[in-house]
Amino acid sequence: MFRRPRGVIPSSSLDDPGRRDATAKAACACQRKDGLIVVVTTRDPRRAIDAVWRIESARLIAALVRMVRDVALAEDVAQEALVAALEQWPESGIPENPGAWLMATAKRRAIDHFRRDQRLERRREQFARESELRQEMAGSEFEVAMGDDIGDDLLRLIFIACHPLLSTEAHVALTLRLLGGLTTEEIARAFLLPESTVAQRIVRAKRTLSRARVPFELPRRAEFASRLRSVLQVIYLIFNEGYTATTGEDWMRPGLCEEALRLGRILAELVPEEPEAHGLVALMEIQASRLRARTSPTGEPVLLLDQNRGLWDQLLIHRGLVALERAREMGQVPGANVLQAEIAACHARAQTAAETDWARIHALYDALIEVMPSPVVKLNRAVAIAMATGPAAGLESIDALVGDPSLRKYHLLPAVRGDLLSKLGRLEEARAEFERAASLTRNARERELLLNRAGCQAGRAKPI
Amino acid sequence: MRFMMLMIPKGYEKATPGTMPDAKIVAAMMKYNESLQKAGVLLALDGLHPPSMGVRISFPRGKPKVTDGPFAEAKEVIGGYWMIQVRSREEAIEWASRCPGSDDCVIELRQVQEMCGFPADVQEAARGYTEFQSGRSRPA
Repeated sequence: MFRRPRGVIPSSSLDDPGRRDATAKAACACQRKDGLIVVVTTRDPRRAIDAVWRIESARLIAALVRMVRDVALAEDVAQEALVAALEQWPESGIPENPGAWLMATAKRRAIDHFRRDQRLERRREQFARESELRQEMAGSEFEVAMGDDIGDDLLRLIFIACHPLLSTEAHVALTLRLLGGLTTEEIARAFLLPESTVAQRIVRAKRTLSRARVPFELPRRAEFASRLRSVLQVIYLIFNEGYTATTGEDWMRPGLCEEALRLGRILAELVPEEPEAHGLVALMEIQASRLRARTSPTGEPVLLLDQNRGLWDQLLIHRGLVALERAREMGQVPGANVLQAEIAACHARAQTAAETDWARIHALYDALIEVMPSPVVKLNRAVAIAMATGPAAGLESIDALVGDPSLRKYHLLPAVRGDLLSKLGRLEEARAEFERAASLTRNARERELLLNRAGCQAGRAKPI
Repeated sequence: MRFMMLMIPKGYEKATPGTMPDAKIVAAMMKYNESLQKAGVLLALDGLHPPSMGVRISFPRGKPKVTDGPFAEAKEVIGGYWMIQVRSREEAIEWASRCPGSDDCVIELRQVQEMCGFPADVQEAARGYTEFQSGRSRPA
């Protein structure tokens, strides 16, 4: 795999060439004759191991699931390997190839487990697996298990974490845990849930998978597209959970956006021929580019058209546009993610809100409604129509949605309607709509904003 | 958080114009780049021509002075960089440690500054900084 750089470390640790240089040792400072203090390393072993775990855990668990064919057991033995690392590495230093070390340790634990488990009905099956494991351990070191073929294992693991037998909440928790390397506590904090709730969700999900003996294989061709769609949905759900948390109390909320982006980028590399995976990455990169601009210095949400575009992250926009280009190059009919990314890209390309190409956005929403006929998409399309051709046309298409039961409690419907009515000078109606929207929102800051707008309408509605 | 991994190849300060890296080293680096990409942490990367093809602009007494490379006074120079997005400093160290380096190079790890980490007076003085980063004009 990778050679370790040498020669940047104190000579004492060079005695053992199998160990990485002093990386897991505590800070070592010494005063030279000239009075200069030289700090060799300030790496905290515990945090260094966390970092290794973060990088290796998904590949480790993925390879282990292939070998032991059980997610719960694979994760258990991987965790045991982590505990062993925490015990041993602070003393011994981080091994040359930490991933292979964790893998070998976890495999040994798996063999122990199979030996202990003497239940008759599974014995023969387990004997077979144990011999397989032994063969792999005897084989060409551990590179095989952690080498280039790991991609398929990872992909299989993502599909298992998002298996249709499990609930959406379980998909999210399991994906973050198995693929993102997050601890239960971190997931709980990110979703503002008690740790026990998340822990239970994960345990139950793993039990469901074990009981159903879910096979560790990629979905067949017929199923693949729909299974991939649900994986993409899970990743976007994680992203949105971070993205809608506009009041930045906890660092983990924007952290969730980063996590989802990382998962999306990994997935896109695993299925490079799938335009919708690149479409999702493009959408998330472009949306994440606006994170800095989405809240005012006092914490109020700032709407897209009012944002200071100078705060948008151009590196992420560039990455988003490149990912979108990759999706487009495949020449397929664009799916929901690609179309949404195209819409996001329209905004990203406009130097000012006034330069937005609303006609194109309108056309993109028309296409999006074909593949994703959700009421929220219809509402957004109405906004695009209003921006492209004027408030009267927008209002007309919104009025067609008013009876939609799925939008009955959606506060943005009356909010948008109020806005258009206000632009048309129908201020009394606008005020009623803003008040209605205020009564529907659960966000206190937004309610305040809407009531404020309602008040303004009344103030202006003075017939002569 | 974002980190820049700065590659400092020894001897690059004296490299002749047009010096290109060895194909073997490039192949190893490509494998490393791929591992960063596949892990979803790589944001950007570039390699730089040697300083013998570069120019330095200094400001003696506030006046710009242009000097062609190579620069005799330079002891170490940057050969290229990676920009990565990670969750911790330790993760950045771990990724940098995996670079197929040799005795001939050093990687310097530097965190990208976020304005929100600055004291209030610096933030005020730097108002509009991110606008410059994005190449847009500073708002009034």
